Amino acid sequence: MGESVIGAWIAAFLTLGILTFLYKDNVIYKISEAIFIGVSAGYWFITLFWDNLYRKFWVVGIEGGQWELWGGIILGVMMLCRLSRKIGWIARWPMSFIIGAVAGLYMMLYFTSNAMVQIRSTISNLTESVNVGDPYYIIGNIVVAAGTFSGLVYFYFSKEHKGVFGATAKVGIWFIMVTFGAAFGYTVMSRMSLLIGRIDFLLSDWLKLIS
Amino acid sequence: MKREIPLIITFIAGTVFVVAYFVPHSPFNRAESLFNDWFAILAAFAIWLGALNLLKICALKVSRRSKDWYLGFVIIVGFFVTVAVGAYDGVVGLSNVPATAFRDPGTNFDWIYRNVYTPLSATMFAMLAFFVASASYRAFRARNFQATLLLLAGFLVMLGRVPVGDLITGFLPPAYQMSQWATWIMDFPQTAGQRAIMIGIALGIISTSLRVILGIERSRLEGE
Repeated sequence: MGESVIGAWIAAFLTLGILTFLYKDNVIYKISEAIFIGVSAGYWFITLFWDNLYRKFWVVGIEGGQWELWGGIILGVMMLCRLSRKIGWIARWPMSFIIGAVAGLYMMLYFTSNAMVQIRSTISNLTESVNVGDPYYIIGNIVVAAGTFSGLVYFYFSKEHKGVFGATAKVGIWFIMVTFGAAFGYTVMSRMSLLIGRIDFLLSDWLKLIS
Repeated sequence: MKREIPLIITFIAGTVFVVAYFVPHSPFNRAESLFNDWFAILAAFAIWLGALNLLKICALKVSRRSKDWYLGFVIIVGFFVTVAVGAYDGVVGLSNVPATAFRDPGTNFDWIYRNVYTPLSATMFAMLAFFVASASYRAFRARNFQATLLLLAGFLVMLGRVPVGDLITGFLPPAYQMSQWATWIMDFPQTAGQRAIMIGIALGIISTSLRVILGIERSRLEGE
């Protein structure tokens, strides 16, 4: 029996093991789930070891002579102190570094990509479509600009939603509901395609019923 | 000191990234690069901490023979087998000429990824299709105008993404068929709502990040 055949059988049993949960919670599902947890933890453990620790620290830091990278290792070891009750407080230091770095990084990242780029795209797409003169895009981009503005008005809670402001906020919630509905539909379809992929695997790769 | 030092570390780490954005010159760009490397190394240790904590909990469960202890044993075995295979492939790869990576196609680690990890994760997510269908059956009621909009948008996008959507509206010209409706919803009203949410999230993250960097938000240090 070839390596790929054994692999297909293992993959098929694990797939079916997870799908048994649709009937009810059972031992086979629990074991499959436990395998998933163990293998996932091991996968990321070793992946980050080779990608981050070996490549960043060993190759660049030790072999490349960049001794300042020891700072990351010291902070990392301090983080592992969390496993001990007595010296667990030391892990606050590396955690503070992570929190600070993520706060600084995300602040600028979201400021550019989520705020400025989105505002610029909303305005520039509208002006460009007006210049081109295609009614489909003109109407579409007016909808985008109006929806974005009214959606933002809805998220502004420092003023009571009454009068013109309240009416704009109401239009904003309509757009947000359409977004949620579309996002929901999109998510359902992506999950469905995954399910079809697994069934396709069982019927074609494993049972060879379809080619 | 248990409170002050963490606040100072947070302030320095956050400030370096913010200043380096506006002043991308030495010493700020070098500090940003160094902090990025530290961050990558710390990410590995964070995953290690999580994995070791998982092993600790599972080992305790097995040693105490508590309920479903055998699942803890399966987790430990799964973890160590994956780590051992990945470590072995990595060491063998380093001695190859030219050097190969531990997860290159054809390695044992790649075999585990393709035949164990991928089927399990894909099926786990695929199962959500059933739960989402069940939840939507209960939640999707056209109680008011807003709920109707949500229902219609979801319905049109789902139907527009499959061939049967265009089949139902086959009597219409191609530009007005279901898939075109779905595309229009995704391109315009959906984008509008998405942009409002994204800008709102950005403003929220900016204000929260400022609070964290300046030490106003310090709930994480409670209990000390």
